[in-house]
Amino acid sequence: MPPTLAPAPALPLTHVACTHCGDDCPDDPIRLVAQPALSFCCPGCRAVYELLAASNLCTYYRLDERPGQKVRAVELPGRFDYLDLESVQGQLLAFRSPTLARLTLSIPQMHCASCIWLLENLFKLNPGISASRVNFLRKELTVSYHPETTSLKAVVTLLAAINYEPRITLAELGAQLHHGTRTLYYQLGVAAFGFGNVMLLAFPEYFSFSGQLQSTFGNFFGWLSLLLSLPVLLVSARGFYRSAWQGLRQRYINLDFPISLGLTALFITSVSEVMTQRGPGFFDSFTGLVFFMLIGKWVQQRSYDALRFDRDFTSYFPVAVTLLTKTGEQSVSVKELKPGQRIRVRHQEIIPADAILLRGTALIDYSFVSGESVPVARQAGETVYAGGRQVGEAVDLEVVREVSQGYLTQLWNNPAFQKEEKANLETYANHVGRYFVGLTLALALGAVAYWYPKDPQMALRAFTSVLVIACPCALSLATPFAMGAALRVLGRRTLYLKNSAVVETLGRADTIVFDKTGTLTDVKKAAVEYLGPALSPGQQRAVAAVVRHSTHPLSQRLAAELPPSQLAVAGFAEIPGQGLRGTVGGVVVRVGSAAFVGAAVATNEAAEPAENLQSRVFISLGNNLSGYYIFRNVYRDDLCEVLAALNRRYRLAVLSGDNETEQARLRALFGPQAELHFHQTPQQKLDYIAALRQQGRTVVMVGDGLNDAGALQRADAGIALTDTLTNFSPACDAILEAGSFGQLATIMGFSRDCLRVVLATFVLSFCYNGVGLALAVQGRFTPIVSAILMPISSISVMVFATLLVRVAAWRRRL
Amino acid sequence: MTIIFLLIGISLLVALTFLGAFFWAVRSGQYEDDYTPAVRMLFEDEVEPDEPA
Repeated sequence: MPPTLAPAPALPLTHVACTHCGDDCPDDPIRLVAQPALSFCCPGCRAVYELLAASNLCTYYRLDERPGQKVRAVELPGRFDYLDLESVQGQLLAFRSPTLARLTLSIPQMHCASCIWLLENLFKLNPGISASRVNFLRKELTVSYHPETTSLKAVVTLLAAINYEPRITLAELGAQLHHGTRTLYYQLGVAAFGFGNVMLLAFPEYFSFSGQLQSTFGNFFGWLSLLLSLPVLLVSARGFYRSAWQGLRQRYINLDFPISLGLTALFITSVSEVMTQRGPGFFDSFTGLVFFMLIGKWVQQRSYDALRFDRDFTSYFPVAVTLLTKTGEQSVSVKELKPGQRIRVRHQEIIPADAILLRGTALIDYSFVSGESVPVARQAGETVYAGGRQVGEAVDLEVVREVSQGYLTQLWNNPAFQKEEKANLETYANHVGRYFVGLTLALALGAVAYWYPKDPQMALRAFTSVLVIACPCALSLATPFAMGAALRVLGRRTLYLKNSAVVETLGRADTIVFDKTGTLTDVKKAAVEYLGPALSPGQQRAVAAVVRHSTHPLSQRLAAELPPSQLAVAGFAEIPGQGLRGTVGGVVVRVGSAAFVGAAVATNEAAEPAENLQSRVFISLGNNLSGYYIFRNVYRDDLCEVLAALNRRYRLAVLSGDNETEQARLRALFGPQAELHFHQTPQQKLDYIAALRQQGRTVVMVGDGLNDAGALQRADAGIALTDTLTNFSPACDAILEAGSFGQLATIMGFSRDCLRVVLATFVLSFCYNGVGLALAVQGRFTPIVSAILMPISSISVMVFATLLVRVAAWRRRL
Repeated sequence: MTIIFLLIGISLLVALTFLGAFFWAVRSGQYEDDYTPAVRMLFEDEVEPDEPA
């Protein structure tokens, strides 16, 4: 072996750069069959390469011309048939005319510049496509095509063929394009316009030549400022008033209430000053305040625009399913599925509803539901639950329950999912805001009581000044900027949060609950152990040659474990749900279940039921049983350190759907205080979390599967663990990439730091308010003081919050 | 000094023009995605292959 590696010593083996996009390749890079020397980081990059090669655009890589491979056809011809349905098209297409159709597709796979390039050059692959535009941050592709020359099905099939299969789910249907952000931009534009111009008009007042100018222009400037501020009040500030009003209607005072109060006081004071020609008013402060606070809102909105988290079961299920009728197969919407109907589920399709297996061998991959990687075999007559993915041959099922009534989907009928948002986010800012109002009103009334006997005019001035200066503008900026910075730091560490309030919740948490399978254990790294008479290296290679031909997850696991093998396999056959068979060098190799390989071990297996939990793969060579491989789940590498770090501060608990076999190991890992619960159904997990919260605890749930979805939703903060971000993950507050699991303790610590930063920023903004109040109660709060204090406090709070979060991240080496 | 009225009128007109331009930019969707265009710009226009196939 070593001599063959010699010609390419310059290539570092650890980091191979992708030929297309230059990213580091995974350990096992994707290669081009025609040119094995080229390695790629992702199928997309390879497809681009192939396409470019096919179109003779190789100057892009300065490579020789190569015919490249044809874009491979989708292996399941009937898979996208439902896209021809009129009802589906009606829901998917954003625009439709005889000559043009346009729709937006969600393509989570896109990740690099070449993805954008390829997706925007679709018209070269299908002339019927007139244009395609990518929105990278939202991972969306807007395609326009000519319905006469091509069809929606052809477009989607093409995308699937180049490995960018769009995610079309029930939730995606009827989803509208998001236009909410535009309003904020309009508001921001109006506020900036008002602020800039009013400030210019206020300049004469700032510089003391007002005396001369004021007599001639003061009145004109005042009225003009009023005119310019009106759209700011009516358009830009509307959001604050609406939010405050909504809070009041729910008998809840949020931070927007004192803001609205301050803004109103500021505006009314200014109007009355201009009307009575007493002065220029505070219009510059008013427009400036609105402008700065809108910037805060914009920062907040941007930080959670990128990922969409609002998923329920409809996100996981297919749009359409093949219905078996007397006349033949028919594609129908999943929503119309009724109990008693018969459906056909093909290889790699998701079972949409609880059903009874009628015909065929079901081999169902419940990895997403339970975190268990090994597909479960089911025989005709048995019940299969919705959410699993069929692997192998097509099966016929009879629907038992409607989609919305299934075993797993029932979770979503729990009240926890009914709420639009988790009960008003009890953020610090809102909490503080409530006391703020009381304090402000007390101070304002106090000032009136003090001044009224001496100088009624002054009393009014002091009253409004207090309301104005107490407007918690800086306070409202502290949270978005601190949390926005925190979200960016955490995003770099592949923890993606639903919104900034989650950082606060994580910082306040005192209990962490873990799911076991898939969360604490690493499904991909199941330990493989061989039991039986030792295999010779030649025999191992023979087994490896056979399993390499199978796409079954266990075969692939085994292939990775065994030495590489180039031996030829004759007469390969895969019997779904049973095993593989092939002849290597004249020896028949069988790999599969005990019954498939030889019935002798079946009794042996029954003798040790506890061992049933692990999956086994039996091997026979030349009709002689050799032994079997056991796949054991292993715990994540850094679990030990993470738990040790977390154990110091948090109460830990484990909720597992499995039985107690692992109890001793978990006890050792989690320590004596931790609560370990086994045999937990999804509903029990949810109830457990609810009970903890009733005790007044702030609970963080870490889970991965659909069966944790209820618990994740019920917890104060639910963190879903996922291997790849493009995979499905349950509805949750945060998504953590499994590779970053080891940083969980650091992330929790960082969240606590962020809380402290927010509090420190509050203190800073209180200082400004204090200075302002001291001036205000004395009636010395003039437009110029206001015009200086407001922007300084706003800007310094923004900078302070961002910097402190950066420092905290740097100290924790995040 | 009455020229100031005219000057302010003109400056407001200019500012309104910019506000209008901003509204147009928002309406045409330029703020929907502020990442992709930066990447798209770097894609080179395809030239005819300079090497014979």
